[in-house]
Amino acid sequence: MFDPTQAYDRMLLIRRFEEAVEKLFSEGRIMGTAHTCIGQEATAVGVAAALQPQDALTSTHRGHGHFLARGADPGRLMAELFGRATGYSRGRGGSQMMMEPALGFYGTNGITGASVAFAAGLALQAQLAGTDRVVVAFFGDGASSQGVIHESLNLAALWKLPLIAVCESNGYAMSTPASCGVSVDSVATRAVAYGITGATVDGNDPRAVHDAIAALADRGRKGGGPALLECRTYRLSGHSRGDRREYRTRDEEQAAWRQEPLTRIEQALTAAGTLDAAALERHRAAAERRVAEAIAFAEASPMPDEDTVAEGVFA
Amino acid sequence: MSPLTTTQILRETLAAELRRDPAVFLMGEDIGAYGGSFGVTRGLIDEFGATRIRNTPISEPGFVGAAIGAAVAGARPVVEIMFMDFITLAVDQLVNMAAKLAYVYNQSCPLVIRTPMGGGRGYGATHSQCLERLFFGVPGIRIVAPATGADASALLQSAIRDPNPVLLLEHKLLYPLRWELDAVPTPPVPLGQARIARRGSDLTVIAWSWCAFEAERAAAQLAAEEIEAEVIDLRSLNPLDIETLAASARKTRRVLIVEEGPRTGGIAAEIGSQLHERVFGDLEFPVQRLAMPDCPVPSARSLEAAVMPGAEVIAAAARDLATRV
Ligand SMILES: Cc1ncc(C[n+]2csc(CCOP(=O)(O)OP(=O)(O)O)c2C)c(N)n1
Ligand SMILES: [Mg+2]
Repeated sequence: MFDPTQAYDRMLLIRRFEEAVEKLFSEGRIMGTAHTCIGQEATAVGVAAALQPQDALTSTHRGHGHFLARGADPGRLMAELFGRATGYSRGRGGSQMMMEPALGFYGTNGITGASVAFAAGLALQAQLAGTDRVVVAFFGDGASSQGVIHESLNLAALWKLPLIAVCESNGYAMSTPASCGVSVDSVATRAVAYGITGATVDGNDPRAVHDAIAALADRGRKGGGPALLECRTYRLSGHSRGDRREYRTRDEEQAAWRQEPLTRIEQALTAAGTLDAAALERHRAAAERRVAEAIAFAEASPMPDEDTVAEGVFA
Repeated sequence: MSPLTTTQILRETLAAELRRDPAVFLMGEDIGAYGGSFGVTRGLIDEFGATRIRNTPISEPGFVGAAIGAAVAGARPVVEIMFMDFITLAVDQLVNMAAKLAYVYNQSCPLVIRTPMGGGRGYGATHSQCLERLFFGVPGIRIVAPATGADASALLQSAIRDPNPVLLLEHKLLYPLRWELDAVPTPPVPLGQARIARRGSDLTVIAWSWCAFEAERAAAQLAAEEIEAEVIDLRSLNPLDIETLAASARKTRRVLIVEEGPRTGGIAAEIGSQLHERVFGDLEFPVQRLAMPDCPVPSARSLEAAVMPGAEVIAAAARDLATRV
């Protein structure tokens, strides 16, 4: 069952986490790069809310939200961004390379599109082992142009794999509007080419996303094969650190801010009488506290050991 | 002329080549108004338009393959691969098509692939690699790697005018460096000529790209200790200027090769082997290699710094070799 208050809390945590990440970069406290998902929290949370503990999720370069939605410890996630030994990849991976199978989270991924093939393999093993695991693979509208996604969906269809490929259509691939990068209006229509189910949902509505995934997962568990779900959302963040966002207007962004999922769910929760203004404040403060604790944990964590940097190349 | 960054030098050179030859066009991800991930093509679309500064979807095998076809049909495409790590997706097109065209079909393929490479920015294991070794052993693909602003311009022009597929390696750490030049574009240099970056008699340090830049810095430090290193910047890996390397090796009798990349299976190994074949009897010690450990590039700044062969470690390795008895 979809619990809107729980969804709200997760979305809040993701929003505050990502805001903190952007601030930490601008202050020079973390290095390298990261892609934040402000505006896309409902997709991450809606998907994760519909999954069972045994299910698997693969993510993208923009994966903090997916990982947090799946239950990541914000402290260890933050520690990875700080390059600390307590991070999910012990400082070896960074934002785009984190994995925690114990949470059914099979990795952020710096190669666009690559994780869909990997997810097909997770689904294949679920089928071979006779488990009822379903696998969700996130990818972007930009990534949808990668050949590997087409190959993966074709073989998933042939083998009836329990795979749900979720396209986060957030309007852009870096500076490229979807209209310039994708040859069709909706990535979901490509499902026809693989002979699988395709659908589109409002990616800023966590309940709609949840319901769509829950139905497709149910089908997948019963041997119904793969599906393609497109979640329509908007990347309010810049693509990555230092993006001047010259490829779109501030007007367009403002219009998108009026549709943004966090305000929407807050309005829905107050309208339903679930949370009043004071309660919203308490929830917000709690999310802020968790993020502050995550930063404190990361900063207090030890640096990785340089002497063992070359170790562990093989299992 | 006020000093220009490597990025600006590459951009001005691309602009000059686009003006000079209407067959030249650029393509790659977000190279239009956005200017590519590192800003090299920023502004070019204003002068040359979206037909010649062509944005592509994220489809490396698709657009690299298309560039090969266009090149055979008469165009001179200059393709940007956003990070060298992503060239892996297009290896089939380059290795099984581009590299075979001259030899098997007697067709020229005047294609340039420009790509930012290397570590030092904390981008992690899939955005920091130097993968020229994947192509070094593939006959039919030229590889060039500037270490200075002048060579960035010179080699880019030579690459564009060459009738073969050429990989132009642009190190990310070189982009922001500024260079005093009389004019851009600089005069082109033929592919296959190493640059003697510094004369010295105590040992020869061979490197390319960012490591050559660092080797020059290391040599300056060593000079203060009265160790005179001869620094050779390869500039071109294929063709390889083995004669210049061998001549220097005969003179100094001690050779250190520096490579950003895992020690095993690297380009340094091949160069070392070729030098041993030619000048073994003249050497006082076997050719030495300074490379990275056999592991991926870690993302944490501290770990990445521990594996990168910068000036300090180059100086230490060179000092060790020069003072060995
Ligand atoms: C193979 C590969 N090519 C290019 C890139 C560079 N890159 C990283 S993210 C990105 C845009 C991705 O757009 P989309 O899939 O829509 O995801 P979004 O950033 O919108 O979340 C690009 C081009 C990459 N990481 N991997
Ligand atoms: Mg996108």
